[in-house]
Amino acid sequence: MLKINQLHKSYPIGDSSLHVLKGIDLSVDEGEMVAIMGSSGSGKSTLLNIIGMLDEADTGDYILDGLPIKNLTEKKAAVYRNKFLGFIFQSFNLINYKNAIENVALPLYYQGIKRKERIEKAKFHLEKVGLLDWADHLPKELSGGQKQRVAIARALAANPKLLLADEPTGALDTKTSHEIMAFIQSLNDEGKTILMVTHEEDIANMCKRIVRLRDGVIMEDKKVTQVRAEQYV
Amino acid sequence: MLKFLLERDTWQEIFDSLGKNKLRSILTMVGVWWGILLLIGLLGSARGLENAFNRLFGDFATNTVFVWGQSTSKAFRGFQEGRQVSLSLSDAKNIEANVEGVEFVLPRNQRSISATRNFLTGSFQMAGDYPLLDQLQKKKLIHGRFINQNDIDDRKKVVVMSEDAYQQLFEKDEKAIGEYVEINGINFKVIGLFEVGNINMGPRTDMHIPFTTFQQIYNRGDKIGWMMITGRPQFDIKQIEADAKLLLRNLNNIHPDDQRAFGSFNLGNEFKKMTGFLVGMQFLTWFVGIATLIAGVFAIGNILLITVKERTKEIGVRRALGATPYEIKRQIVVEAVFLTLVAGVLGIVTGGLILIIMDYLFGQGPEAAIVNASVSISVVFVALLILVALGSLIGLIPAFKATSIKPIEALREE
Repeated sequence: MLKINQLHKSYPIGDSSLHVLKGIDLSVDEGEMVAIMGSSGSGKSTLLNIIGMLDEADTGDYILDGLPIKNLTEKKAAVYRNKFLGFIFQSFNLINYKNAIENVALPLYYQGIKRKERIEKAKFHLEKVGLLDWADHLPKELSGGQKQRVAIARALAANPKLLLADEPTGALDTKTSHEIMAFIQSLNDEGKTILMVTHEEDIANMCKRIVRLRDGVIMEDKKVTQVRAEQYV
Repeated sequence: MLKFLLERDTWQEIFDSLGKNKLRSILTMVGVWWGILLLIGLLGSARGLENAFNRLFGDFATNTVFVWGQSTSKAFRGFQEGRQVSLSLSDAKNIEANVEGVEFVLPRNQRSISATRNFLTGSFQMAGDYPLLDQLQKKKLIHGRFINQNDIDDRKKVVVMSEDAYQQLFEKDEKAIGEYVEINGINFKVIGLFEVGNINMGPRTDMHIPFTTFQQIYNRGDKIGWMMITGRPQFDIKQIEADAKLLLRNLNNIHPDDQRAFGSFNLGNEFKKMTGFLVGMQFLTWFVGIATLIAGVFAIGNILLITVKERTKEIGVRRALGATPYEIKRQIVVEAVFLTLVAGVLGIVTGGLILIIMDYLFGQGPEAAIVNASVSISVVFVALLILVALGSLIGLIPAFKATSIKPIEALREE
């Protein structure tokens, strides 16, 4: 599904540069649910951004679903992002003047899908996250958990191969976090590959594999027994 | 691109993002709206003033100089200085034949008379005129006709009088045409009544009789009081004046450098000064209007730039969801063009309304200060076109700004 080989990334800071990723090797198979952990500054967000094609590595290979991701133009990156990836952010990043269903339909708009079909698909995904009744509500009229569920529906709308989540529960209380995690787990049960960055141990344990980063290198990469989130809900 | 513009989704996106902050969109539009409103209002009123001006002077051949005889200031060929000079019909003919660019020369005689009808009397200025006068200074006849060639040929005792003279000599509502008026003891038949306009060129005359009748009755012979020389439109009236005067000095045995022998009033020159003022005003109008428009367009660019900064995150999200830089740019440019276009059209409509109101308030009646205040439709379209072009150009700045930020930076948590 995803193969990363000797990935390096550094950021220029003034005259010197900060070496953030120092040779990452990582491969993720289809249907996996991986948590990337690490303290702040360990490079976990940078790694996720590179995987998400929002950022580009300096050196090293990154192959997504058999497709080498290298020297992409902005346009091509946009098309790949749209086709292969679904993003879930800590702060939801819904567009605040669009209602729930329009937010979900947005990636489909950029795929050039007709409005009617878009709304159909968006409805289907909203129903999946249990918010069909809230379709006409603006983000500000939704609770944090609901917003994140709309964001998840949006990430799913384009039927991506890989779901990338950046601290998906970071802005939520424990109870809501568990609800969201339960939902993400159910997506994984259906076969979606999920990669998430978190610094919360209990959230990480709800994944099937934990990759720990420190100072730009992988310290530990182990499979764990998944803790089901339903039991807390 | 055309398909993109015709799609409902495109406009949905634009209305969404503009409607999100109505105040900002409206403020943005006010700049352009105001600019085009000013342009149209100013151009329209400048045109209105010009029209009023033209209407006022339209009945006059403005490319005209009046010349009359005075007394010489230099001795010449045996003549003493201080000799009275009077013009003659042959002078007029000579000028018409020999001075380049002359269209007409109209000789005129004038004197003050007293007129009587029944028990009413009044004193007036009376001129002996040719029918040509009606061409050079259109008389607004309310009744009857002006002097014609027949009157000249037969030396008829007919008079065309002003409304004022009629009011002094006739009872109210009395019929005047065909009636007789006694002028310095001789009866004249009234053939026309004219209205006195606002503007008089030359001395005011309330009565006009045929030139030949005047000649005979007052024993003028070949002498004339003064003449009006009208130049063809493409000739400089100042040059004509100088040439005519030189010729007159030559014909009348006057020293070539004698500047006082002939008096003149150059109407064409005075008129030119006034039209020069109008041209200056038009230029100023364009300048102010276009400068305001440009300021308005920059206001749009500025506000869009702020908007883009505000929307950095939104743009980042859109790009994470798969919007290409082109799609982002396109949306921002279309937003800019849409704003300028709507504001421009609104400005044109309100500008038009203002012109209508102006016409209603100041444009009514024959003595209106502003006549038919209007802007030609081609000017409006060109202004709109320039506006849209500037709008898209200025829209490109925030558009490039928007896509120059990497999506990752846009999405980074504050």
